[in-house]
Amino acid sequence: MNLNLTIIGQSITFVIFVLICMKYVWPHITAAMTERQKKIADGLAAADRASKDLELAQEKAKHELRDAKAEAASILESANKRATQIVEEAKEQAREEGNRIKAAAQAEVEQEVNRAKEQLRSQVATLAFAGAEKVLESSVDQSAHKNMIDKLAASL
Amino acid sequence: MAADGNAPTTTEYIQHHLTNWTYGKLPAGTYCDGKSVQETTGWTVAHCSEEMSAMGFNAIHLDSMLWSIGLGIIFLALFRWGASKAHAGVPTGMLNFVEAIIEFIDKTVKDAFQYKSRFVAPLALTIFVWIFLMNLMDLVPVDLIPQLAAWVAGDPHFYFKIVPTTDPNITLGMGFTVFFLMIAFSIREKGFVGFVKELTFHPFHPPTKGAGIILAPLIIVINFALESVTLLARPISLGLRLFGNLYAGEMIFILIATMFGAGLILGLFAGVLQLGWALFHIIVITLQAFVFMVLTIVYMAMAFHNDDEDQFTH
Repeated sequence: MNLNLTIIGQSITFVIFVLICMKYVWPHITAAMTERQKKIADGLAAADRASKDLELAQEKAKHELRDAKAEAASILESANKRATQIVEEAKEQAREEGNRIKAAAQAEVEQEVNRAKEQLRSQVATLAFAGAEKVLESSVDQSAHKNMIDKLAASL
Repeated sequence: MAADGNAPTTTEYIQHHLTNWTYGKLPAGTYCDGKSVQETTGWTVAHCSEEMSAMGFNAIHLDSMLWSIGLGIIFLALFRWGASKAHAGVPTGMLNFVEAIIEFIDKTVKDAFQYKSRFVAPLALTIFVWIFLMNLMDLVPVDLIPQLAAWVAGDPHFYFKIVPTTDPNITLGMGFTVFFLMIAFSIREKGFVGFVKELTFHPFHPPTKGAGIILAPLIIVINFALESVTLLARPISLGLRLFGNLYAGEMIFILIATMFGAGLILGLFAGVLQLGWALFHIIVITLQAFVFMVLTIVYMAMAFHNDDEDQFTH
């Protein structure tokens, strides 16, 4: 174990190397690393923000969808209601129309009956005369009995 | 082992592997069993350990310095490349590796050192990577590079140690550099008075009033003695721990290497041992680099720590 000038040589070398390391190596690398760290942190923050935004958007979309569904349901419901209403109205109209037609028909029938009655009434005398002629086997003086038959017809 | 006709004995082989390539100021005289004669005192490369002893402090281990500086340049080149390529985008390949190490060091420093300093983290990085690289040379087969160097130099007895951290000069050099940095930062942070106070007013608080005041100088002297030992033990333990671990590891590699020449069975056994020890040594070299770094950070934190401030904040 010889201690000699090497110890001083090594000390000087050591100090020089440390100084070079301090001036040209350490700050450059650590600066780059710190910068990268910041960049990564920013990136992560941005990603966080983006995912939060996405979540919000999804939430919003869900909301919109739910609203749309609700709206569609309400529209459908009102449409159904309207349809029922229309059907009801149509039914009502149909019934009214039917009634009217029925009333008109009845009126016509009555009229027809009356007309038939009038006709019958007007022909009763003739029929009666014809019947009586058949019964009496002789002609009857129409004019003599016409008044009497007419009275009879009128009383029918 | 040496390729020349007369193969060295095991002792010679081991000794050869543990001797540095030394350049120093050799006093005039005859050395190495008369094989080497120095006519006038002057700077020369040592030919044997006797010459190295004669050189004393005025010598330098060329191999240690060469590998230490070379590996340091590799470290700086790699990390300087990383620094020039560093950007805030996606890192790839080698840059990832560099940044992983930087981040690891940064985290370790932040855990142990809570003060503001532009110096401590680069210091820790340099220590960790540089010592790791120097230790890593221990895993290179013990004969490979020395034999190559001997062949290039054309001298079969050429001394060439490739693991700088098995040289106590290197490890103690780093240990004492840390020590002086520690003292420098201590004085910068606390002022010279604060630093002296730290050395003399701990661990025993000297009495400041009453009759006991006459004991104060004695207590200060005791404190100073204790604190000086504590302070001096730090660089020495730093340096010797690293040196001891690596020297022992290197020694075992050399011993295993001596077994390779002893027949097929022992050679195979040595191969298994070599592999096992190398695998284990991967942990040792990393751990020793890490320990040196962490202790340096802790010592720096102690240098920055100010007791006086504590009194005000409590």
